[in-house]
Amino acid sequence: MGKKKDTFFNMVISLLVITVVSGFLLGYVNDLTMAPKAKARLQKKVNALKIVLPKFDNNPVENVKRVKSEKVKDSIEIYTAYANKNKVGIAVTGSSEKGFNGLVKLMIGFKPNGDIQDIQILDQKETPGLGTKMTKEKFLKQFRGKNPSTYKLKVKKDGGDIDALTGATISSRAFAESVQIAYDEFVKTIDSI
Amino acid sequence: MVSKINQKENFIKGIVKENPTFVLLLGMCPTLGVTTSAFNGFGMGVATLFVLVMSNIVVSLVKNQIPSKVRIPAFIIIIATFVTVVEMVLEAFVPFLYEQLGIFIPLIVVNCIILGRAEAFASKNDVFSSIIDAFGMGLGFVIALTILGATRELLGNGSVFDFKLTSENANTFIIFILPPGAFIALAYLTVIFNKLTSKITG
Repeated sequence: MGKKKDTFFNMVISLLVITVVSGFLLGYVNDLTMAPKAKARLQKKVNALKIVLPKFDNNPVENVKRVKSEKVKDSIEIYTAYANKNKVGIAVTGSSEKGFNGLVKLMIGFKPNGDIQDIQILDQKETPGLGTKMTKEKFLKQFRGKNPSTYKLKVKKDGGDIDALTGATISSRAFAESVQIAYDEFVKTIDSI
Repeated sequence: MVSKINQKENFIKGIVKENPTFVLLLGMCPTLGVTTSAFNGFGMGVATLFVLVMSNIVVSLVKNQIPSKVRIPAFIIIIATFVTVVEMVLEAFVPFLYEQLGIFIPLIVVNCIILGRAEAFASKNDVFSSIIDAFGMGLGFVIALTILGATRELLGNGSVFDFKLTSENANTFIIFILPPGAFIALAYLTVIFNKLTSKITG
């Protein structure tokens, strides 16, 4: 079989066929992966909740509270955990656009008295080897058990209490800002829940 | 038609004589951008290898149906479709891998190795040779990116594949993790690679 000639008709038809076929293929795969994708995203949140909150026996994802804030692009999510009907912790998402490569999104778990239980990173695109070290234990452990009402959520360079990551002050600042936003929201809502 | 191709040579050429990174200097955008660690380089290489094989197969199958004046847009659509499919499937079924590679996957579309092989090889040869060619080229790319990533990670972070080789607070050359270090490391590796292979290829 020889090569198709470069007639106008041939060109239009071949491009049309290719785009239609790929369009349908993409639509089909998109339909196929929609449910598993949503499930995977939810699973990630549930896993993060399990880490940042004390042991709980309700389903915090079910009664999530979304709050709009001018500091954050998408809404702040607040999850409340109960064990034996007692409020044991609140997880708040905080994010900052001031990371080295944009968005840094965290999930911060607070005890009812405001102490930080633990922090999980939901999203970050920082420089590998520098800013990405924020996911490492060495950086995260300085936040645990601290109460932001007395613990200044700023890097030491800016007069705060946080040891910034070497060579990644910008990433550390974004991290601190995210925690601060989450804490502010926590303070606002702690009494209403 | 094309005379019989020596498949072994066809495979080896992508790794040594026509190594896409060190010899052809193709696909520099992902090469410089993502090789901040050995794992990142390896992951990008494997994702590219997969798309390269798939697009080479399809291009060599439909090569006679596409008028030559519109072949480039046709190839681009084929490649972009595969890349999007890979991205969606990874996100849905292997979220762990997607998290690691997520940002690199859309970059594969602009990788000129894939378009280059579609144009230079798959559109002129049969399916089997095209698959061999894609594996050779893809493997050459994987090896090159892994070496480059490992070099940068070792010099810039003191580790390889996240395995620490230096003490926690050792002073490493952070510049190698940053973009300028990519150019420096790539230049020296290209020199070494060509020095070594010039003896083999003459």
